Amino acid sequence: MQLTGAQALIKSLEAEGVDTIFGLPGGAILPVYDPILDSSIRHILVRHEQGAGHMAEGYAQATGKAGVAMVTSGPGATNIVTPIANAHMDSTPLVVITGQVATASIGTDAFQECDITGITMGITKHNFLIQSAHEIPRVVAAAFHLATTGRPGPVLIDLPKDISQSKMEWWYPTTIEELDLPGYHPEVPLDEEAVALAVALIGASERPVLYVGGGTLKSRATLELRAFAERTKIPVVTTLMARGAFPDSHELHLGMPGMHGMYSAVTAIQKADLLISLGARFDDRVTGQISSFAAGAKVIHVDIDRAEFNKVRRADVALQTNVASALRALDAAKATPLNLDVWWKQIRTWQERYPLVYDEPTAEGPLLAQHVIKAIAAQAAPGTIVTAGVGQHQMWASQFWEFEEPGTWVNSGGAGTMGFGVPAAIGAKVGRPDRTVWCIDGDGCFQMTAQELVTARVEGIPIKVAIMNNAYLGMVRQWQEMFYEERYSEVYLSAELPDYVKWAEAMGCVGLRAHNLQEMHDVIEIANQVNDVPVVIDFRTHTAEKVFPMVAAGASNDDIIVHPLQRGDAR
Amino acid sequence: MSPEPLLGATGRAPARHHILSVLVENKPGVLARIAGLFARRGFNIYSLAVAPSEGNARFSRVTIVVDAESAPLEQIVGQLDKLVNVVAITDLAPNDAIERELLLATLSVDDGNRGDVLDVVANAGAAIIDVNALSVTVMLAGTPSACDELEKSLESFAEVALQRTGRVALPRLGPAATA
Ligand SMILES: Cc1ncc(C[n+]2csc(CCOP(=O)(O)OP(=O)(O)O)c2C)c(N)n1
Ligand SMILES: [Mg+2]
Repeated sequence: MQLTGAQALIKSLEAEGVDTIFGLPGGAILPVYDPILDSSIRHILVRHEQGAGHMAEGYAQATGKAGVAMVTSGPGATNIVTPIANAHMDSTPLVVITGQVATASIGTDAFQECDITGITMGITKHNFLIQSAHEIPRVVAAAFHLATTGRPGPVLIDLPKDISQSKMEWWYPTTIEELDLPGYHPEVPLDEEAVALAVALIGASERPVLYVGGGTLKSRATLELRAFAERTKIPVVTTLMARGAFPDSHELHLGMPGMHGMYSAVTAIQKADLLISLGARFDDRVTGQISSFAAGAKVIHVDIDRAEFNKVRRADVALQTNVASALRALDAAKATPLNLDVWWKQIRTWQERYPLVYDEPTAEGPLLAQHVIKAIAAQAAPGTIVTAGVGQHQMWASQFWEFEEPGTWVNSGGAGTMGFGVPAAIGAKVGRPDRTVWCIDGDGCFQMTAQELVTARVEGIPIKVAIMNNAYLGMVRQWQEMFYEERYSEVYLSAELPDYVKWAEAMGCVGLRAHNLQEMHDVIEIANQVNDVPVVIDFRTHTAEKVFPMVAAGASNDDIIVHPLQRGDAR
Repeated sequence: MSPEPLLGATGRAPARHHILSVLVENKPGVLARIAGLFARRGFNIYSLAVAPSEGNARFSRVTIVVDAESAPLEQIVGQLDKLVNVVAITDLAPNDAIERELLLATLSVDDGNRGDVLDVVANAGAAIIDVNALSVTVMLAGTPSACDELEKSLESFAEVALQRTGRVALPRLGPAATA
């Protein structure tokens, strides 16, 4: 069967089981947009290519499948660079297809030419510049294989226009060998010796902590984690990328560690004699000052990516495998039961003394974001998916929403990309139409990508957006207040401008606003009744509220700053 | 990233230099991927040599002398190995490697010093590969330290140009000779 390169590309995506492409056409990718009309794949037309990338990320994080985005060359391609970098930092499987100028024009500064494979070399797991129509099926199959196996990540395919217009004889690879990836070996055999060493370390520990990272979700190891934790009774902390990997309601769960982590989670790590790191990477937002991080702990480091071992923290045992098989192996070893009574007693005193707190909100407002988030969560159906922007509201969402299952928390961790929340919510809702999707957003973040609500309305994707409108780039304001002597520089946004209700309505969404507690309860109820169009709520929140606990950047986790309500107590 | 001179009495690289012999797919951009990785992770390269490998057009061999003090070797190898086009990495510790480098130098000469040049060349086991009335071009294929020594001895002559290739290396066959 003779096909054009463009037809072969779409047929290859169909062969990979793709059901949705997020994209926006233009000259160089035009040939590929024609066969989309005849395809079973749903194309969602975005308003800005950054939106397409974050939607694909939201789709991927919520479903575990690769998200797919397609854009044109030059500015279309550069507009999607931020989501690619974001997906690279968070190991999110993405396949991004960019149009490229015709092969003969490459290198001539042709109209809308840009070296997107060069630009994205350092922020993709791999990228391809297609050389012939014949190789399209192989490259697409390889891209999905690379994006979704081993440590997942974004893969970019750059497709020159003449190649999408030229003819090829249809074929599709059926074996791994045909993918022609001689240097790619994502799975390595389990190192039994390392497993035995790890079992011995666990058996000898008195104050162990399971330090659970995003890799646990990626390797779908939540059942194994639960079984292992319940058998050993080892306390669990879940990083920002792993929220939902272990139920927040579980008695063994201490919550999130790190810069804005729970006091008990941060302190348990600091005092631990053994850290069992499961798909986590000792990010500086978790470790704080590295020299004083868990200084007395031995480390068992489980990761599929061997370059993570000894990168930040020396591992006593490095176990290169996916988290699920590591946990199965550790569990099978049935080490002697630990007696962690003393350890748990200590942890319970930290939990009792330093729970998450915030001031009592006053009936007339302003609202407190923490309280708003809890109120939304209280009315949300089980399994609701939450996305967030980046800033104070993101930390509060992670702290105050109780995550019970994997895939329910979708956020930008490693890159911290403002504007992630709205398009990621759209992508998550497309991937999981059965779920309610709330985006907990900041007023600053919302203004970066809000135009995608037009996409959501037109495409019939009814997400709910709660803007924590504190009139500020709040997280930056918090740093200026605490570390720059209250010298506020370029952080004020205004609560009134833009008018979020009118803006929502102009985009075909329901727009609501709440200043006080009564209005807060009312708008949440209304929002929960709207299920056909997107809803946007402008919650007027306190401008000066700060996120606690906090470990200042570069400071030791021992110097965690607790909420003012909790200060003065002896620690 | 200015490299220190590669001196060493044993004729081998000092310990902080490691030789990575990297088999890569012959794909467009593969060198840029390696160079980009080293640049963005702050790994230092002393020298780098590339050539088609073992008569197989699919692969090339890249010989990289890295500074194992700019980053732990484990980290350099681990990151390099993640490049999809990298097929195999052999870490050649200095004592386990046979290394060679090529040096070319063109010197201006006159009747007064032509004899001195010829002496230096003969002593170093180098060859004269081009001559005219005003200059000679000298070549040495030898150990990096032999190249270092020749380069030093040529300093007293007026140099028109001098170029070294950077080293290539293969694993030593027998047990390493003690230095
Ligand atoms: C694209 C981008 N630009 C700048 C920043 C730096 N930054 C981090 S949080 C933040 C403030 C976010 O403001 P807002 O969305 O209103 O959230 P808030 O902190 O007020 O809840 C800024 C500017 C960033 N993370 N991303
Ligand atoms: Mg704000």
